[in-house]
Amino acid sequence: MRPEAASGATQRLPRLALVGAPNAGKTSVFNGLTGLRAKTANYPGVTVSRSVGTFRVGADRFLLEDLPGTYSLEPISPDEQIVADSLSGALPQAPAPDAIIAVLDATTLRRSLHFLAELLRLGRPVCAVVTLTDELAYRGGLLDVERFGRAVGIPAVRVVGNRGIGIHDLERAVTGWQEWSRPVLTPPDDPRELAAWIDSVLDSAGYRAPDTHVWTARLDRVLLHPVWGTLIFVAVMFGFFQVIFTAATPLQDGIGDLFAWLGGVVDSSVHVHWLNTLLGDALIGGVGNVVVFIPQIVLMFLLISILEGVGYMSRAAFLMDRIMSKAGLEGRAFVAMLSSLACAVPGIMSTRTLPSSRDRIATMMAAPWMTCSARLPVYILLVGLLTPSGSRFGPFDARGAIIFGLYVLGAVSAMLAAWVFKRLGSRRESSMPFYMEMPPYRLPTLRSVLLSMWESSKTFLIKCGKIIATTSVILWLLLNLPIQTQAGMQAAGVDTSSPTAVTAYTMDHSVAAGVGRAIEPVFAPLGFDWRIDIGVLGSLSARESFVATLGQVASATDPEDPGHALEHLTYESGPQRGEKVFSAPTTVALLVFFVYALQCMSTIAIMRRETGTWKWPGIAFGYMFVVAWVMAFLAHTLTALITGGL
Amino acid sequence: MRHSACGCEIDDTVPHGGWADATPAPAAAAVSGTCLCDLAVGDRARVSEVTVPEQPALERRLADLGFTPGTEVSVLRRAPLGDPVVYGVCDYELCLRRAQASRIHVEFTATALSTDAA
Repeated sequence: MRPEAASGATQRLPRLALVGAPNAGKTSVFNGLTGLRAKTANYPGVTVSRSVGTFRVGADRFLLEDLPGTYSLEPISPDEQIVADSLSGALPQAPAPDAIIAVLDATTLRRSLHFLAELLRLGRPVCAVVTLTDELAYRGGLLDVERFGRAVGIPAVRVVGNRGIGIHDLERAVTGWQEWSRPVLTPPDDPRELAAWIDSVLDSAGYRAPDTHVWTARLDRVLLHPVWGTLIFVAVMFGFFQVIFTAATPLQDGIGDLFAWLGGVVDSSVHVHWLNTLLGDALIGGVGNVVVFIPQIVLMFLLISILEGVGYMSRAAFLMDRIMSKAGLEGRAFVAMLSSLACAVPGIMSTRTLPSSRDRIATMMAAPWMTCSARLPVYILLVGLLTPSGSRFGPFDARGAIIFGLYVLGAVSAMLAAWVFKRLGSRRESSMPFYMEMPPYRLPTLRSVLLSMWESSKTFLIKCGKIIATTSVILWLLLNLPIQTQAGMQAAGVDTSSPTAVTAYTMDHSVAAGVGRAIEPVFAPLGFDWRIDIGVLGSLSARESFVATLGQVASATDPEDPGHALEHLTYESGPQRGEKVFSAPTTVALLVFFVYALQCMSTIAIMRRETGTWKWPGIAFGYMFVVAWVMAFLAHTLTALITGGL
Repeated sequence: MRHSACGCEIDDTVPHGGWADATPAPAAAAVSGTCLCDLAVGDRARVSEVTVPEQPALERRLADLGFTPGTEVSVLRRAPLGDPVVYGVCDYELCLRRAQASRIHVEFTATALSTDAA
């Protein structure tokens, strides 16, 4: 109909920038306008993610950019620098916006006006979106949004984002962005004159500040109480893990059973040996390894979204700030460390809330040492080899105590690593001041909680799913190539009618075995033989694959429970020939190695994405490998001394 | 103990806490005076000056967060280990570490006791 207009529109859509303070409700305005069609990417060269979306009002299309939350245009962190640069058009590949949509929280309007004044001084068209007016009214405050707009001299729209109220008014306002009224007088820069300007605007808008949120005050009296608050915090954290590790178990078992059944179906119906193992071991096994973690990951994101949405996360950060400061970090880094206990990937993603890029890097470099859920199957297997079930340390179950000890070792090491990286960090960035808003407790809408859970889970699953499925197939190829012919195997004296014998022979002569033997000298001081090396090599893509790989390697009849077969695995050659491979020193060394090594492609990929360079994932992998090797060597030597001396 | 760790110069003859208005403060108090980190929970004060000479951006940021001269600040609660502290300013709540709070100079307006009485 209007082809020239359509092609012109794609070339140069009007660009709108959404700016506002953290917690002002920017995201719900963004989602309300773009309807979740946002693309997230990184700004070139910096660790700040940007989201850009398009939306249509009638025949007009607009590009909307959601800028990071900030309190001011005077940047003190790289993230805020992005906002300032983006608005002034100083960013490469991103022209300055044509108009600005300023999101102002009605309950903190006085403070928000400082920021609005700065935006108006830029001289671009500005439209004010006043959010949280429902909460303002509830807390006894008053504001006439229309008069507010007139007092400032710009269009002002009331939007209650999470309920969709006012989005249509905003759309209508946006279509006329070229005719937006501009303030007659630019707001003054001088602090005292600015204060007078703010007073006069608030006065003409009939503004009455909200009373203290009664429930917030009541709840904080308990939740931030030095004694009760700390106890409740511990209880909340305990409950958090109980839910993640206990409530998710039935679901995980169900998924595990489903995949076992699928594997069984493949086993009985596919009679071509190579296709059978490719489908059964590599694809179903590999994908199953990820899918089994879905309940846990989704539950964790759900809990985090709820805690974040109601406002408890800032309280947790407040309570933990003093402890985190010992590692040179701030309270908000605690949330990242907490998420990393389920998985480092969401943990690293959540470092986006940290204002300081130096803190972000330090947290990212430390987070993989928090014991993630992928380590758990490995720990369970190895600790099972180390201590007979039922043995006790005093009143505690020995296995449980060892696993708990490994969690503590991981957490303490992570804090130390953060401290070191904070120290090593570039001196150019002066230390960031710590300030954090404590938003009132709010009841988040189900929609916003589910949305935030879905967004995080989706990113995680797509990333990890791809990586683990790919590495499973690659590992399978390495373990099964070159293809052994029937005749060749018979000539070597292999019983070709037994699948176990065939698998064992194929693996023994596979590319992976060659690699395992080639790298044997590296790990020999830790007591690992080439079969463990294959497992370690495979686990570099994903830790949990270690269990399945060892299962395959040990030719266990039940690859899901290789413990029994592993216990009787012996060295084939060398001075230790005939001795058990999984001796106490070797098993302890392996455990320690898994505490420290960065064996997770997904983590490496997310570090690359979040930092925008291969430098940091490279450093992380390198230093963690060295630390893992050294610590495992020490553990091996110490354990050998202790057990040898007995 | 509250005074020494704070980092701002404090004349120890200026009393803090409950009985500030009973003793007239020395003239110097108007300049170096009390800083936000000296206040006890429940105290209220008016911001007199924010100075961070070595980090002008921080000075600016504290102003953008609402700590401008003349603004009333109240001390709401202290974290279990004494730091950080939640302050009420410009109708919202914000927590600051001691390092930042020590840069905000204030004049006492009400103590914890008088707030409770009112």
